[in-house]
Amino acid sequence: MNTVTLANDSMTFPSSGTTTTSSVNKTDVDIHSVVEELKRAKQAVGKPFLDNPKFKTRDVNVYYNQTKQAIFNASLDIGRNEVIAMIGPSGCGKSTYLRCLNRMNDTIPGTKVTGDLLLDGEDIYAKDQDPVLLRARVGMVFQKPNPFPKSIYDNVAYGPRLHGLAVNRSELDDIVEQSLTKAGLFNEVKDRLNSPGTGLSGGQQQRLCIARAIAVSPEVILMDEPTSALDPIATATIEELIDELRSSFTICIVTHSMQQAARISQRTAYFHLGYVVEVNDTNTVFTNPGHRLTENYITGRFG
Amino acid sequence: MDIGHHTSQQYNHELEDVRNMALQMGGLVEEQLNKAMRALMESDSQLAEEVVNSDYKVNRLEVQIDEVCAKIIARRQPAASDLRLLISIIKSVTDLERMGDEAEKIARYALTSQGTSSPASLHSSLRHLGNEVRDMLRDALDTMARMDAEKAKVVGQSDERIDAEFDYLSRELLTHMMEDPRNIKQSLNTLWCARALERIGDHSRNICEYVIYLVEGKDVRHTAPKNGTIPAI
Repeated sequence: MNTVTLANDSMTFPSSGTTTTSSVNKTDVDIHSVVEELKRAKQAVGKPFLDNPKFKTRDVNVYYNQTKQAIFNASLDIGRNEVIAMIGPSGCGKSTYLRCLNRMNDTIPGTKVTGDLLLDGEDIYAKDQDPVLLRARVGMVFQKPNPFPKSIYDNVAYGPRLHGLAVNRSELDDIVEQSLTKAGLFNEVKDRLNSPGTGLSGGQQQRLCIARAIAVSPEVILMDEPTSALDPIATATIEELIDELRSSFTICIVTHSMQQAARISQRTAYFHLGYVVEVNDTNTVFTNPGHRLTENYITGRFG
Repeated sequence: MDIGHHTSQQYNHELEDVRNMALQMGGLVEEQLNKAMRALMESDSQLAEEVVNSDYKVNRLEVQIDEVCAKIIARRQPAASDLRLLISIIKSVTDLERMGDEAEKIARYALTSQGTSSPASLHSSLRHLGNEVRDMLRDALDTMARMDAEKAKVVGQSDERIDAEFDYLSRELLTHMMEDPRNIKQSLNTLWCARALERIGDHSRNICEYVIYLVEGKDVRHTAPKNGTIPAI
């Protein structure tokens, strides 16, 4: 190399020419061999298990209509007061897995869940387990804000009333105020608690749903893409809120945004084709993942 | 290691391009060092001038590469191996730029020591050290180009040999200075050159460490035991 010719303004990327990458555009996906590989792996890469977890799940299998299996032998632990992010491509089973944790899949006819799902050592699929009580312990926030067509106050008060958590009006007022405060919404709505919840902005509605979820003092909050319908500022508010809630609750979040998983979670689980491929602390997953499929997904490669 | 195969072809190009720029910078530094050593050994003042006047190219590449890396980070939020690639490039170019400065120093000493001569034994010791450093830099750049962590572990260890050579040459120079104080000026010049070469060895070792970080995701800096070898991983 004798001469170096670099124009001073050569800061734009050449569209082609200097690279050695061939124009390989074939997706090259041999699903069969990937499935075989996942089947052979006895457990997820990384550190799926913890001492004294909040949720302990082992060999979880989920079938829809007997014929279609959505989750294969998922085994992982969810720690206390941690945010765990479930990531993976569409249809990988992360939402299905999340919905097992408070038996939301019970509502879909023909669904069968096998394996052990233990909340503080207690089998949540036991015969004498009441799903309604379980869902008070394991709350849920959905992708689209879905406040009840009621006032802001009644949205939050609905759960505590249902479960008889307040003996009088002033206690209920306290619960509503505390829940809205924890959800970072109280100051914005304190003067209009009786106006409809549906009249709030998208980000406010989602925080109202979070307030509704925490009003019954759950132990775990499940969030299924809670910010995908929100703008970046509302998203940042919710993310900040999630981090604050972590001290009081265990939070499992399904997200399509890898940056969001990287920002807010302590641990990350990567799902692929219904298998848990890798579970590890988030720093490791995003700087030095242990499985090729995780690497391909988080770096935006087709594998 | 695989740079390509992103869903975004443009991203592949961006990473490949910045990597090529870093390798080009490596090649340039290698050339600067070789020319500086030749100028010193053969008292070629014209060649020494050329080296001094070319250092700006190395500096300019450093700035450009950092800028491109910042742009990719801002636009792509790289993760995992892509992130490690960019971090290792950003760090490598800092070391490469310093090596460029060391080569320039050698060229400047070549200019100031015109017309003086040192004993043949010192001359050949310095040449020997220069060859060792040249080989180490070439091998380090080679591991960077091939992203070969195994070879990087081996190459990183050559730094030990270079340090030993440098110590040996320092003692030789000390003796030479004690023999006759009139030798001091020339001996100090030689010592500064040897020191510059030894520093290039250190920077080459750093590059080997970045290659290991890039490929294996392990940071091996400052983990060496007292004898200075890169530990087996």
